[in-house]
Amino acid sequence: MVENRPITTFCSHAVLICGIAIVVFPIWITFVAASHDAVRMTQTPLPLLPGDQFFVNLKDTFIKGVGNAREQSVGLMLMNSLIMAMMIAVGKIFISLLSAFAIVYFRFPFRMGFFWMIFVTLMLPVEVRILPTFEVVANLGMLNNYWGLSIPLIASATATFMFRQVFLTVPDELLEAARIDGAGPMRFFKDILVPVSRTNIAALFVILFIYGWNQYLWPLLITTDKNMYTIVMGIKQMLEAAEESPEWHLIMMTTLLAMLPPVAVVVGMQKLFIKGLTETEK
Amino acid sequence: MLKRTHFNPSPLPYLLVTPQILITIIFFIWPASQAVFQSLLVEDAFGLKTEFVWFDNFIELFSDQIYFNSFGKTIVFSSLVAFLSLGTALILAATADRIVRGATTYRTLLIWPYAVAPVVAGTLWMFIFDPTLGIVAYMLDMMGYDWNHRLNGNQAMALIIFAASWKQISYNFLFFLAGMQAIPKSLTEAAAIDGAGPAWRFWTIIFPLLSPTTFFLLVMNIVYAFFETFGIVHAVTKGGPAGATEIMVYKVYNDGFIGLDLGGSAAQSVVLMVIVITLTVIQFRYIERKVEY
Amino acid sequence: MAEVILEKVVKAYGKTEVIHGISTAIADGEFIVIVGPSGCGKSTVLRMIAGLEKISGGIIRIDGREVNNLEPKDRDIAMVFQNYALYPHMTVFNNMAYGLKLRKFTKDEIKHRVDQAAQLLQLDGLLERKPRQLSGGQRQRVAMGRCIVREPKVFLFDEPLSNLDAKLRVQMRLELRKLHERLKVTSIYVTHDQVEAMTLGDRLIVINEGAAEQIGSPLELYEKPATKFVAGFIGSPSMNFIEARLSRDGQSANIQGDVRLALSDDGAPDFGDRKVIIGIRPEHFNISESNPQAIPLSVDHIEILGADTMVYGRFADTPDLITIRLPDIHHFKSEKVLPLSVAPDKIHIFNKDTGARI
Repeated sequence: MVENRPITTFCSHAVLICGIAIVVFPIWITFVAASHDAVRMTQTPLPLLPGDQFFVNLKDTFIKGVGNAREQSVGLMLMNSLIMAMMIAVGKIFISLLSAFAIVYFRFPFRMGFFWMIFVTLMLPVEVRILPTFEVVANLGMLNNYWGLSIPLIASATATFMFRQVFLTVPDELLEAARIDGAGPMRFFKDILVPVSRTNIAALFVILFIYGWNQYLWPLLITTDKNMYTIVMGIKQMLEAAEESPEWHLIMMTTLLAMLPPVAVVVGMQKLFIKGLTETEK
Repeated sequence: MLKRTHFNPSPLPYLLVTPQILITIIFFIWPASQAVFQSLLVEDAFGLKTEFVWFDNFIELFSDQIYFNSFGKTIVFSSLVAFLSLGTALILAATADRIVRGATTYRTLLIWPYAVAPVVAGTLWMFIFDPTLGIVAYMLDMMGYDWNHRLNGNQAMALIIFAASWKQISYNFLFFLAGMQAIPKSLTEAAAIDGAGPAWRFWTIIFPLLSPTTFFLLVMNIVYAFFETFGIVHAVTKGGPAGATEIMVYKVYNDGFIGLDLGGSAAQSVVLMVIVITLTVIQFRYIERKVEY
Repeated sequence: MAEVILEKVVKAYGKTEVIHGISTAIADGEFIVIVGPSGCGKSTVLRMIAGLEKISGGIIRIDGREVNNLEPKDRDIAMVFQNYALYPHMTVFNNMAYGLKLRKFTKDEIKHRVDQAAQLLQLDGLLERKPRQLSGGQRQRVAMGRCIVREPKVFLFDEPLSNLDAKLRVQMRLELRKLHERLKVTSIYVTHDQVEAMTLGDRLIVINEGAAEQIGSPLELYEKPATKFVAGFIGSPSMNFIEARLSRDGQSANIQGDVRLALSDDGAPDFGDRKVIIGIRPEHFNISESNPQAIPLSVDHIEILGADTMVYGRFADTPDLITIRLPDIHHFKSEKVLPLSVAPDKIHIFNKDTGARI
């Protein structure tokens, strides 16, 4: 900082506070809505300050469930989201570690071919090939289960690229020392390479967990069984089911619950998150 | 590929790449080629007969006024989202970069919308702007402005732009801030000694040096607005009213899954693929160039 | 412990041959130093012995067994790398124990060996630390310890001291030498630093452009360099090389005009009347005011180092500056002419075309 005039510092803080106000406002309103009862949520103007029903609503969503006929269990949807997010994050990291290891540490025919084949996944987001992918998954009998929710999403060019980058910066001497010490390829991978890259793995996990948790279109397509709904798509189903008179206090409570895990991950593991974000996109 | 030593040749590397390659082939390459193949077919109304029609689907698509409208809306939507979220993020990052105390706290408060799913972001904004209940809609009403995005197409478009930009601010903010922090302080200090004020310094030193970041973010934001905003549209407007917010990704889904027009949807998929591939290539050429410097 | 034998070892990448057939026998318990300028292929030779590079031709034997196609782990060698290559996520103890664990030693045996090595290397208190918490010298010792615990037949060192600062380097050099005297394990040590090579090695292999120029004891190399390259590489500051024409009987050498150097008794009669290269080390010049045979050196500039004074100057019109090292402090003005003499047995003569010693 070059100048240190109080007025510029004051203006800077003012601008940032305005920015935060814009960013936080929707969440504040959500929180407020989740803390009032059903009656208050039908009267205009809606409140701007929180009420005293927050824990009542929280209990309500968990015990009675949500949706039109209260048939959807929030706990189950949260669990489904968690399982899907974990499977996607862990799966992506696992298969990307393996393929990056092969590409960096072995010389084999078609290596570059494989490299480019993986690269293709970067170019084809699920949104542009939904119908045929859906057909494949349907033919494989993977509708309405966790495998169908996660496996089609776990091929990852970005993660493979990132691990390739990380492995290339691991000194050659580590491999040589390990070879002299008597480690074979998988030993080296397990004992040296993975532990050495653990910060990168953690950083990537943060990003991929959020990616997995926030999946929407894919679960929407392949789950018709209410027991397989994820929380993110559950909110949408709730909105749809209650087009006429949505129970906003419950919907907003569910929305809060849906946001909580990924937000907690981002805020709680901020350093890893920023590292993961800036490294995968490079 | 730059490693000095490698492990001895063995079947192991093939085993290692197998999971990734299998998934890529089954869920990426095969469906994508299916999309290309289907885009050349026409199915009759009962799904009994399919006919190979070469590029008829594409010709039909490009002569379809609705598709053109959708294309135009996507362009408007993406450019406004990119402009709005990049602009806000740039201002916030430039200010945060100047702050000595409390920068981390501000950063923490600004980054978390990244973690909010698009469809959830859409829900939040829809609630705030709900024509009968929404708090902002109410305030606008007080000021004499009638807000109803369920009827007014422009308002619906504005709403999804707000929601989409809001969610993207944190991402852009983080990259801008990292980019600014990478600029050596001595440069701005030298400019200050030369007599440049804060605003002048920003436009003559920081902004030009930030241009690689800006370009990268521009591409990323366009990709985001094109493909990742499906959830927002689906939650807030469902493409309505009267198709006013039917951007391309939403139309693919709608025509394919709801309208069951397989050939047409596949042709749209192919168009989208061409767009993504173009954007990816642009991005990679940029990365290559960055490597050279 | 074992002897290491190289028989016409060749390394080629595709069609480019980089090591042109090196042969040598390294005796059991010997400390041998491979020395040469950077890029000469000395590390490649070491890495071929280690098994990290494939051998394109010839045979390498360790303890009588041909190891050409053996994996590094099966050659019973241990190696210290230039950047130490310690596993950053493991403690000092685990770094040393890793090789033993993979070889399925018992827990007690591993602990015993690591403790012993730690004691020998004064690492006792550091076993639970991670490499990044250690100083450069300590890391160096851990890398040594990792080798010692394995009790291999051969130690390989790839420029292990080059990442240390000058003072520590001298200290570690001494420790390495002492360690070798204690353990008596056959050691092969690669360096580009000729001082390190001279002080550490029982014998030196000087490598230039992928070929061994000379193999011998440090003194042999200093006193009787086999080639002009070895002569220039060993000794600091470097030997002076001057073009000269031998007299017809080969008993003296003419440097430009009338400047004449007497050679030792036998001289080089075979090369009488031919152009040769004369080599004289800077420390072998003497000032001899009274000697009528003295060669006059016109001083260009001097550097006073305290213990020595370096004088740079020219004989008659020689194009290159001649370096002379005189003990003690001298103040010579530039353009001053010094009368110099050289003992005939300190004059080296090299073939002008091949660089071989005459």
